[in-house]
Order: sequence, then structure tokens, then C-alpha cells
Amino acid sequence: MNNKGVDKSKRQFLTTALTVVGAVGSGYLAIPFLAQMQPSVKAMAAGAPVEVDISKIETGQLIRIAWRGKPVWILNRTPEVLSTLKSLDNELRDPLSDESNQPPSSKNPGRSIKPEIFVAVGLCTHLGCSPTFRPEIAPNDLGEQWKGGFFCPCHGSWFDLAGRVYRGVPAPSNLEIPPYRYVTDTRIIVGESSEEKKA
Amino acid sequence: MKPSRLSNCGNWVLDRFPVTKFWNEHMAHYYAPKNFNFWYFFGSLALLVLVNQIITGILLTMNYKPDAKLAFDSIEYIMRDVPWGWLVRYMHSTGASAFFIVIYLHMFRGIMYGSFKHPRELIWIFGMLLFVALMAEAFMGYLLPWGQMSYWGAQVIISLFSAIPIIGDDLSLWIRGDYVIADATLNRFFAFHVIAVPLVLVMLVFMHIVALHEVGSNNPDGIEIKESKDPWGHPVDGIPFHPYYTVKDIVGVAVFLLFFATVIFYMPEMGGYFLEHANFIPADPMKTPEHIAPVWYFTPFYSVLRAIPDKFAGVIAMGGSIVVLFLLPWLDRCPVKSIRYRGGIFKKALFLFVVSFLALGYLGTQPVTPIATILARLFTTIYFGFFLLMPIYTRWEKTKPVPKSLTKAHSLEEQLHAIEEQLPALIKEITELKPVTTEIGHPAFKSSFFNRRPNPDGIRNVATRLAKKLIESLD
Repeated sequence: MNNKGVDKSKRQFLTTALTVVGAVGSGYLAIPFLAQMQPSVKAMAAGAPVEVDISKIETGQLIRIAWRGKPVWILNRTPEVLSTLKSLDNELRDPLSDESNQPPSSKNPGRSIKPEIFVAVGLCTHLGCSPTFRPEIAPNDLGEQWKGGFFCPCHGSWFDLAGRVYRGVPAPSNLEIPPYRYVTDTRIIVGESSEEKKA
Repeated sequence: MKPSRLSNCGNWVLDRFPVTKFWNEHMAHYYAPKNFNFWYFFGSLALLVLVNQIITGILLTMNYKPDAKLAFDSIEYIMRDVPWGWLVRYMHSTGASAFFIVIYLHMFRGIMYGSFKHPRELIWIFGMLLFVALMAEAFMGYLLPWGQMSYWGAQVIISLFSAIPIIGDDLSLWIRGDYVIADATLNRFFAFHVIAVPLVLVMLVFMHIVALHEVGSNNPDGIEIKESKDPWGHPVDGIPFHPYYTVKDIVGVAVFLLFFATVIFYMPEMGGYFLEHANFIPADPMKTPEHIAPVWYFTPFYSVLRAIPDKFAGVIAMGGSIVVLFLLPWLDRCPVKSIRYRGGIFKKALFLFVVSFLALGYLGTQPVTPIATILARLFTTIYFGFFLLMPIYTRWEKTKPVPKSLTKAHSLEEQLHAIEEQLPALIKEITELKPVTTEIGHPAFKSSFFNRRPNPDGIRNVATRLAKKLIESLD
């Protein structure tokens, strides 16, 4: 029998050691628990490219297609629209798309490979609503300054017809341009960039 | 008398499980201030609505399908083909709105009467955590019908997380479980809505009540009833919760159910405020409805978000409008609790706060126009001003004197005197011989007998000795 009394420092050490080992173990167990909420392999594989026939889009018309579950717009812009776009620079937050998300081939004022065909992900960069297509000029509800563009009904963000965001609205950057390339003059593939193909 | 088999059974349980102790601590011997007014109904009503949500929720899961392809149709199936399914569903959807009405009034009561102040800070914190958990519960529940509003509302709220720098995009991806709101999101929101968050809610309710019963309830006068006790140790201004407040709360429940039933049976959609019109259209990831707005109970915070013309700052402001409520016990520096004895400046500030909260709520349901944006910014400023300027203006307050107790406390001499006066009558009552009729068995065999006569002098002696001892112990 030991009658020296309790060795408190030994107890303290054992308690601390057990706490640390337990915490590390719980930490490791948390990884699979948290990671199982990540997108599944099936969800990741679902992002296949989409081929679209653009020959039937009339001038001024917008079509919506689904790519990775997101709406993608393809708009055939009129010459008037293209000339208006150049005059808007002072009202825009990022007219040259320096802080926005697009493939290099679309990093130009019109934000497209061919000037008239505009392709964009139709989700507002603010909180992900799908803006409405409002090509008319100065409608009653949007006021005199409206020169045609996309209006987000959720929080009132304004974009021009190149998906560039106006100043003083909640959206932080221009609409995202998905990677896409021309297969022929009338067919495009959304989800594959022209850069990747060349390389 | 020989104990019956039933009471034997009862004792067997009580020896092993302290039902009586629990009942006494929280109901029969829990002393609540006797001056509760109608504002004090909302705590027990919140509990009632929680029970309603749990029961109707369990019934709904029996027919609901948490699958993006089946969810919308399964709700319509519940509404049309399941016997009484429409009632259960409307009780659940109306219950959600009722929950927030009750909780907002309950919170306003707390701000008005200073129930968040020392020593009740933790009750307020637990209550605020309950409020946040309730908002999460309501938000996730709203995705389940998989209508247009469900889908785009969830899209907006989850995108809020993507505004957080660096980790934002990965975080929102992790929450969704897919690159867009999809089946994975619906399925996990179902799991959170029916299991995870309800468990948290029930646990927090338990902590909220335990903390409350530890320090005792506040009251419309904001005085501490525990500070003046009678010779038996009970608060002079307190009455046992059961039966006094259980009975009173039944009246509140009856009035509440009157309104609740009216909504369920005559206006379950409440003109698009409780169930939004766009949610009767199945979710379409390609097209946002023309006008989207969250359900009414989120609109004040949603207005704050919209008022700020910057994504990250807007999200911070929206989060801040809720976080600031947590800090209330430390922002208010006025020692007086109840609005009845507080200065005019607090009354005016509270009035402005209520007006701006309601105005923000209204603006949140309306489309964005330049005027609405200016108004939303004005009311957002007032909202934050109420809290952030509080440490300053509550110090200037000219308060009125707060009474020590509701009833005038009697001195010991007075009490003894009263006892002495009553003593002869008491003794007479105890010692007088009265025929007592008992009804044992068949009425035909009614028997009368006399009580045994106690010694009046003995009783008097015992009473005076007890009184003397009481005085000694108090000195």
C-alpha cells in the first residue's frame, strides 16, 4: 500500500492526455461527417457540356438553356444594342470586366466571342436570382435611365445587355460568362472553352 | 387506512423517478409575480405552437416525399387525397406564422419590461438562440414544398453565405451539396427540418425554462419578487404558478385558438403572406418569379439586406441586425427594468424601433423602387440607432422611483398582532365540537360521530412558543 497520498500531477497529466487524445479522435471523426455533405460524385459528373443550335435565334431574341442545372442565356444582339453598349462605360462598376468572371475569349467590352451572340449564366452575382430580360428602353417601372438590359427583381440590380453591372446596385460584379466555343458558325458548345480546344 | 394498490404503484415510481419534485419545482411551488398581464401569455403560447408544429409535422412526414421529382406533387396529394391532410398541412403552415407572431410579441414584452436585464441575461441569450434556430427551422421547412418561392428563396439565402470572403463559395457549395439548389439540398433540408433543428429547439426551450425558474420571472413592474418574502419564505408578491397561471394561460390559449382556427379555416394563405402565391407553381431553376419576397416573418431583415448597395456589407448588416439583439443586456445601461418607471427617451426610442421594424417588414414584401430603397435605408438607420446609441441615451434617462414590492410589506409586530387577534377565533374553530357527517358506503347507512376534543390551552401554548422562536430566529 502506498500511503504517500494522491499524486495529483500524475492525475492531471492523465486527464489532459485523455482530453487531447479524445479531441483529436473527435476531430478525425468530424471529417467524414462533414465531408459527406459535399457534392456527390454523381452531382459532380452531371456538369457535361451542352451543344446548342443558334441559327434559329432571331435578332433581339433570347433563349434559355440549362447547363449544370443553371440557366444559360443566349442572346442575339441588335446593332443598336451594340452601339449603345459603348456609351455606358461611365455608369458601370466594371466596364472592362477586370474583376468579373469570364473566359479570356470573352474579356472584351461586348463580353462575347462574336459581338452579336451574347452567352451568359443567367444568375445574378448578388444572391443568385435569375434577372429578367428587359430590352425595351425607358419603361415606366424602371425609369428614364434604363437603356435596355437585365433587371434582377429580387434586389434591384441592373445589368446592361453585355451583362455588365451598373454602379450603386447590390450586385458586386458582372454576370458570369460560361466557357463556350463555336463548333460551326451556327452551333456552340456551352461548357467547353475555345482555349482548351486549341491547347 | 391501508394504501391502495394504485398508490402503492405510484409510490414505487416516485421512489425511483421524482415526478412530484419536478412538478413542485416548476409548477405547484414555483412562485410567479402576481401582476402578470396579457403580455405574459406568449411564452406558454409559444410552447403550445411548438407542440402543434411537432405533432402536425410528424403527421406530414407520413405522406411527404423529400425528393425533387416528387415533393411538389406529394404536398398536393396531402392537400387533396389524404384524409384531413389539408387540415394538418394548414395547421403546420399557419403554425409557422403563428409561431413568429407569438415570438415577436414575446420578445417585445422582454424589451418593454426589461426582462433581458440582470439577472436574466442568459434567459435572453437562450431565447435569442431559440429565435435563430426557429428562423433556420422555418427557412428549411419552406424549401420542402419545392415551389418557385421555396426554390428561389433558398437560392438567395444560401447565396448569402457565398458573400463571406475566401471560404464563402465552398461553404455555400457544402450547404447545397450541389452546384445549384437540387435534390441533394432538398433531402438534407428535410433531415435538418425534421430531426436536427427540432432537437436543438426542444433542448433550448428546456434551457430557457430552467434558467427562468432559477432566477424567477420578471413582471410588468420590473421588481424582484424574491427580495421581499413573508415569514414562510414565499415571495410576498408571488403566487404559485399552478393553479393560478395554468388557469390564466388556459384563457390565453382559448383566445389564441380562436384566431388560429379562423386563419386555418377561412384564410390559410392569408392573402399570400402565410403561403405565397408563387409557391403554388413547381420549382423552375430556369426562371425566377417576377417578384420574390421571403415569407413575412423574414422581411424586416430582408429589407436591411436590400437597403445596402454592396453584397458583403449587406450580408453583414443583415447578420448584424440579429446579432445586435444578443447584445441587448449589455447595451442598455439603465438600472430600471420596466418601461413603467423608465424615462421618456427610452419610450420614444422603443416607439421608433417598433415603427421601423414594422416598416422594414412591410418594405420587404414590396418590389424594389427608388423611394422604397431610401425609406428602407432610413428605417435601417433607426433600427441600428436604437441599439447602438442605447449605451448613450439610457444613461441620460430620468427614471421614476421603482417600488420595492407590489404589496406593502407588514412588519413582524404587525403580523404577530394579527395572529394574536385571530387566535381566539382560531382556537374556537379548532376546539368547538361539531357533528361531522361522513358518507361512507351506502347513503342509507349514514353515520354521524363527534371529533375528539383537543386541548385548547396546549394549542395556545404551542402557538405562542412557535411565535417567540420565530422572532428570536429573525433577530
